[in-house]
Amino acid sequence: MAGFGRDRGDRGPGLVGALLVGISAAKALALAKNLPLVGVNHIAGHIYANRLVTELKFPLIALIVSGGHTELVHMPAHGVYRVIGETRDDAAGEAFDKVARVLGLLYPGGPEVDRLAAQAEAPVEFPRAWLEEDSYDFSFSGLKSAVMNYVHNAEQRGEIVNKADVAAGFQESVIDVLTEKAMRAVDAFAAKQLLVAGGVAANKGLRKRMEAAARERGVELVIPPLYLCTDNAAMIAAAGTIDFLMGKRADLSMNAHPGLSL
Amino acid sequence: MNVLAIDSSNLTMGVAVANETAVLGEFITNTKKNHSVRLMPAVERLLKDIEMAPDDLDRVAVAQGPGSYTGVRIGVTVAKTLAWALGIELVGVSSLEVLAQNGRHFPGYVVPLFDARRGQVYTGLYRAHQDRVLSVENDRIVPIADWADALAKLDAPVLFLGSDVDKHWATIQAAMGENAVKSSANDHYPRPSELAKLGIRRDPVPVHEFTPEYLQLAEAEAKWLARQERK
Ligand SMILES: [Zn+2]
Repeated sequence: MAGFGRDRGDRGPGLVGALLVGISAAKALALAKNLPLVGVNHIAGHIYANRLVTELKFPLIALIVSGGHTELVHMPAHGVYRVIGETRDDAAGEAFDKVARVLGLLYPGGPEVDRLAAQAEAPVEFPRAWLEEDSYDFSFSGLKSAVMNYVHNAEQRGEIVNKADVAAGFQESVIDVLTEKAMRAVDAFAAKQLLVAGGVAANKGLRKRMEAAARERGVELVIPPLYLCTDNAAMIAAAGTIDFLMGKRADLSMNAHPGLSL
Repeated sequence: MNVLAIDSSNLTMGVAVANETAVLGEFITNTKKNHSVRLMPAVERLLKDIEMAPDDLDRVAVAQGPGSYTGVRIGVTVAKTLAWALGIELVGVSSLEVLAQNGRHFPGYVVPLFDARRGQVYTGLYRAHQDRVLSVENDRIVPIADWADALAKLDAPVLFLGSDVDKHWATIQAAMGENAVKSSANDHYPRPSELAKLGIRRDPVPVHEFTPEYLQLAEAEAKWLARQERK
C-alpha cells in the first residue's frame, strides 16, 4: 500500500507542487507494482498520529492545532469525521507566529512564545473570542490585533514592553479558548478520549492546562510526542491503514486537493 | 526494447510505447487541463489497449523540459518512479528536441519554441539529418526579438514549430521576412512516439541523479535563492 499525504496549500508557494509530486509518485508506484492506492486526508493523518501511541476509543474528540489548521473533530467511529468547529480566520499556529514577529522573536515563533510565557510575572489581559454561545468555532485575528495594538501603543508612548507578560497574556487567551471548547465538546459528545495533534500540541502551556482539565473530567487525554505532532509520513500511513482496511480505494486519476477538508 | 515515452512538459500531454521497429500505441491530448489527473490513467489505458503489463517495459523516456514548471515535475516524477519501481532504464530528452522532430523533412533550419512569458521563449536551433533533426545551437531561454534577429542572420529558410508560434509570429516575420516559415497546425504538437524513438538511441541515466531541465529557475526558487545570497 502506498501512503502519501495531502496537505493544505495555504502556506505559501510550492506546497501544491509538492503535493502533486507526492501524488504522481504514489500513482506511478501503484501502477508499477499493481498496488492498491489510498488517498489520505492530511488532517485525518494528524488525528491518526495518535494511533501510533495508543488505540483509539470512540466516541472521541480531536483538536488539531497547527500553523495550517485549527479544527475540532467529533469521531463516533473509525474513519468517520465530523468537523464541529474550525477557525474563522487565522489558524492558532499562525497567530503564534504573527505575535512572535511583533515581539521580535525568531521563527518558528510558537516555541519561543511558549518559553517566554513561562517567565511572565504579570500576564497582560487580552480578550477571548468565544463567538456565539454554542459555537465550537475559533477566531484568533481579533486577539492578534489586540496584541499588535498593545505593543504599538506602548512603543508610541516610549514604554518598554515586557515581552514575557505579552507572550503569556496572548498564550493564556488562546489556551483558555482551546481548552474550554474542547472540554465542552467532550461533555456534549460523551467522549472517551480527547486527542490533541498538530504542531501547537507541543506547547507546554497548552499541554499542562489540557492535562488538568482532562483529569478533572475523567476523560483520557492523548497527545503524541513532538515528532508525531508535526507533519510526518508515519501519520499518513497510520490513517491510510484504516482507510485501506475499510475498503477505501483511489484510482489513478486521484488529484491533489490543496484545500481539502475532512 | 519496449520504451514508454511520457511528455507532460507543455500543452501536449502524450504517452507512447514503441520499440526499435514499431510504434505500438500513442495517446495525445493538446489541452492545458489537468496533466496531473490524466497522465497516469493515460499510461494505464495505453498499456491495457496494447496488451502490455508494466513489467514488459524495458525503458522509460521522459520529456525533461523546458516547459511548465509543474508539468515538467509531474512527468519527471512519474518517469523516475516507474523506472525505479520496475527496475528499468530511464532516459531524458529535451522537450524542444522532441518538438523539433516534426520538422525532420524540412530542407533548412528547424526552430521549436515554447512561450516563456514576458516576451521570452524557450527555443533552440536544429537541422534535419537523415530521419531526424540534430541540434545546431543549444536550447535556451531568450527574448523572442533577439532570437529572431539572430536567426535572420542565417539568411536561410527557418521552420518554426510550436503552438505558441502564432503569439510571436509578427516579431519573427518583421525580423526575417520570407525566410520565416510557419508549419501547418498538426506539426505544432510534440509527438510522444518521436520521444520514444529518441529515447531508444540515448544512453540511460542513473534514476536518482536525474533532474528536470527548466533552463531557468522557477520564479519562487529564483527569488528564494536571491534572498539567500543577500543574507
Ligand atoms: Zn499538518
